[in-house]
Amino acid sequence: MSKQINVALVGNPNTGKTSVFNNLTGLNQKVGNYPGITVEKKEAIIKLSRNLKAHVLDLPGTYSLNATSIDENVVIELLLNKNDKDFPDVVVVVSDIENLKRNLLLFTQIKDLGLPTILAINMADRMDRKGIQLDIDLLEKRLNTKVNLISARKNEGFDDLKKSIINYQNISLEPCLYASEIDKAYFESLKKAYPNQELYKLWLVITQDVNFGKTNRNKIPAESEFKPKSDSEIKRLQQKETIKRYQFINATLKETLTKDLNLATGLRAKIDRLLIHKVWGYVIFLAILFLIFQTIYDWSSYPMDFIDESFLHLSEFVKQYFPSGMLSDLITEGIIPGIGGIVIFVPQIAFLFLFISILEETGYMSRVVFLMDRVMRKFGMSGKSVVPLVSGTACAIPAVMAARNIESWKERLVTILVVPFTTCSARLPVYLIIISLVIPDERWLGLFNYQGITLMLLYLLGFGTAVVSGWLASKLLKVDFKTYFVVEMPDYKLPIVKNVVYTVVEKTKSFVFGAGKIILAISIILWVLASYGPTEDFSNAKEIVKSQTDTSELTEEELDTKISSYKLKHSFIGYAGRAIEPVFVPLGYDWKIGIAIISSFAAREVFVGTLATIYSVGNDEEQTIRNRMAAEVNPILGGPLFTFASGISLLLFYAFAMQCMSTLAIVKRETGTWKWPLIQLFGMSGFAYVVALIAFQILK
Amino acid sequence: MATIASLKKGQKAIIGEMNSNEIPLKLLEMGCLPGNQVELIQIAPFKDPLYLNINDTFLSIRKETARLINVELINDE
Repeated sequence: MSKQINVALVGNPNTGKTSVFNNLTGLNQKVGNYPGITVEKKEAIIKLSRNLKAHVLDLPGTYSLNATSIDENVVIELLLNKNDKDFPDVVVVVSDIENLKRNLLLFTQIKDLGLPTILAINMADRMDRKGIQLDIDLLEKRLNTKVNLISARKNEGFDDLKKSIINYQNISLEPCLYASEIDKAYFESLKKAYPNQELYKLWLVITQDVNFGKTNRNKIPAESEFKPKSDSEIKRLQQKETIKRYQFINATLKETLTKDLNLATGLRAKIDRLLIHKVWGYVIFLAILFLIFQTIYDWSSYPMDFIDESFLHLSEFVKQYFPSGMLSDLITEGIIPGIGGIVIFVPQIAFLFLFISILEETGYMSRVVFLMDRVMRKFGMSGKSVVPLVSGTACAIPAVMAARNIESWKERLVTILVVPFTTCSARLPVYLIIISLVIPDERWLGLFNYQGITLMLLYLLGFGTAVVSGWLASKLLKVDFKTYFVVEMPDYKLPIVKNVVYTVVEKTKSFVFGAGKIILAISIILWVLASYGPTEDFSNAKEIVKSQTDTSELTEEELDTKISSYKLKHSFIGYAGRAIEPVFVPLGYDWKIGIAIISSFAAREVFVGTLATIYSVGNDEEQTIRNRMAAEVNPILGGPLFTFASGISLLLFYAFAMQCMSTLAIVKRETGTWKWPLIQLFGMSGFAYVVALIAFQILK
Repeated sequence: MATIASLKKGQKAIIGEMNSNEIPLKLLEMGCLPGNQVELIQIAPFKDPLYLNINDTFLSIRKETARLINVELINDE
């Protein structure tokens, strides 16, 4: 029987903690959420030796145990709760060699909790180049622990780190310094009030409650003479504690660390000069965005065509070899097109996450935050809002969560409210298919594809609307909170391929399985609704059509099409669609698009799948979704349904409308009330309707 | 009294007493403490925020926060 221990990885942001986790655990990691909150939880079980396994938990990055966000709070809540099933037997603090001084603050705090704490110093491969020397033996002695030099980039030092974890019981539990020295009298009385508790943990509970404003977690025993301090006094003490810790750290590093200052800078300054230049900085940022969107459009069209064709062939194949009947119809007309409608987004989503994770990994994202802060503040947001707005191009859900990094509540709220305007990947398939129908596939000046330019304009429209509505929201919102802004400017680094690949795989997977379930379910429901009808009209469609039309002039095929479309019109979905058709006709849509829009409220990407299902029910021939759409006829105006006018109107409707239940749910979770998601739902969708209406009426 | 906000590009200074409760704790945790050295590396295009090197940590803060932190200039010449 082998033993299993809990290992927790803790560290500052930008120390490569996640790469360390990846190197330790490989691909067998599990990604989920902490119960009740949407903070990502990454864990894995690894084998350390023949009879010792470890459950490794990658905790959110934090600069200290004084948490200011939900993510950081996860770390401290776990470290304070001995009864948690994940409570660590040993903590590994991941730090990076160039920011050791700052990283040690967190280390000393955790060490003072009385847990075995290993210090893993990452990026050791940069030491020579940066002229850094470290006396490990002396450092171990001063910090009372095991210190390991590792390099996640070169995959070095991990065997030694594992050895240290195996021997965790040999690590001293002696703290680095006694926090109680910052106010002896206060801590003395605290100890008297709770004689059985560890002092530093008590202190953290108190400061946490001050930070998060929930002051009655621990009732103070009535008989004690303990006098609680005011919040501002506690804040002073926290400052004092931080200063004291830095004094210890400075003294320790003075003895152990030497740095050749001539080698230390150089590259950073050179790259900075260009990337945050007052003109070139913005030019480069725009160029990078443009490049990303062009590449996504160009590169993903090949795998997408391939996926589209493959699913079509699969349907054909199943139809041929399965006994015909209801089950075969469900599979070939409901399930396979439904799954195809999910898989087809995979290339774009993968490319988008590829670029975003490269921008994050290289350290460029922080420069964008720096460049954009002043500009974004004009629109009621922070430079940090750029990260949510850019990741909003992948999906609004992680983007709304990314707004947590924004310290000021008002700026954060405004960012959350406007993020759904950015063009998320779920809009992309809708855009792509409509653009391919109504915008010519030609090149402007023989260079830029018109379709690509349209897509770029739609992205800019999304950003533009987000920014303008941010300005509006900040004028309307009467929230007055203290704002502040602290951003670390990390060193430039080449992205680690492994990290980028893991991010892409993980995000794409969670999209396919998360959103995929909804899409598949809706496809099946739609198929059922489209394949059955409530009245005689549906069940006797054949006879009715035959009796109504002069069959002699029609071929067999034309008759079949007529029957199918008559059936569809009298199916459940046909009745529902035609009931709401008057709402959508002024925008240039028919009832089929109406149904697709309604089902899009579950998730926008359902649009294409819905049309695929509806059309494949109405049409047996082997055609791609795009060709089926091109052949649709406008029921009122005649002529093709998808014209320039109705296409643009539809594009604008999808650009502005709030059509994502999951986003509404996450906004409710992050803001704590239904007020904001409801404002988004009605405000955005109403605006979308009006704009689409005006566009169609002008262009038609 | 000089503050971080009044530094010029490339100037170095020593951080003085910090008396404001408005200074975020996060800034202290990043090493912005009395006695530590601060260097103004770069000012963003619209004159805000500021790009600093404090105690070997590179970070960026807004002018409104920088104004709260008193410094004493070092004559580097």
